[in-house]
Amino acid sequence: MNSSVIIFPGSNCDRDMDVALKKFGFKNQMVWHDDQTIPKSDIIVLPGGFSYGDYLRCGSIASKSKIIKSVIEFANSGGLILGICNGFQILTETGLLPGILQQNKYLNFICKNVFVKVNDKNNKYFKNIKKDILELHIAHNEGNYFCSNEELKSLEDNNQIAVTYCNKMGLENDEHNPNGAIKNIAGIFNKNKNVLGMMPHPERMVDAHLSGEDGSLFFENLLENLK
Amino acid sequence: MKIKVIVTLKNGVLDPQGKAIQQTLNGMNFDNVNEIRQGKFFEINLNENDEGKAKSKVEDMCKKLLANLVIEDYKII
Repeated sequence: MNSSVIIFPGSNCDRDMDVALKKFGFKNQMVWHDDQTIPKSDIIVLPGGFSYGDYLRCGSIASKSKIIKSVIEFANSGGLILGICNGFQILTETGLLPGILQQNKYLNFICKNVFVKVNDKNNKYFKNIKKDILELHIAHNEGNYFCSNEELKSLEDNNQIAVTYCNKMGLENDEHNPNGAIKNIAGIFNKNKNVLGMMPHPERMVDAHLSGEDGSLFFENLLENLK
Repeated sequence: MKIKVIVTLKNGVLDPQGKAIQQTLNGMNFDNVNEIRQGKFFEINLNENDEGKAKSKVEDMCKKLLANLVIEDYKII
């Protein structure tokens, strides 16, 4: 399987993503934001970081960069696009995903492990994944997902809420909502479920000695589903 | 021609920065501050002499980049 990771000025999880993808068997290529075409890929990843220094709004400048036109065309033709953290912010700014990631409710940069519940398995990302609750890492200042009531209803009606913050047992409440996100939303799909944006970093959880291995579950499963 | 734009959060959208500024002012004994909403201000210098045309271009910029209409409103002044 071929993957492409797009690098924007200020991306800083691009290499971690490259390492994770290759570890599980993807043939990964790095693509510069100023390029116009993307090599043949089964999945495109927009990595985490601080593209363009988070100027104006997180992800807003990156969402207008040269490569984005190809990313949008790829998404519209059914191609898989995964946006992690800043990648999620970029996807909302391009309009591929609804809503926006606002500043965290308590104004703090959050860097810690959290649990998220997989809400929908009827998609290429989570189909057959062995766990319903994953322990993943988050590191962000703007992860407070917000959308209008109509958009929220549409997300719920179409099962587009991918992952939600919860405790170890899967309980979703304010106490286990790190950033104030509406309905504890940590990640969402587009309507066709080929585009996934999420704040947690699976690429940081792919080594039993350094972190946990729930990210490994995610990538192994994703590769299986793409075969 | 210079056009000015103010971008503010829509009513009802949480503004934690505004809240923190308000609480700080209250702590500095500015007791009568009830609420603060923080926004952005842009000064755009355009190569255009017709005010109507300039404003219509800026409006396009607001919709496409300067404001995110999910949570923000813009005002051209």
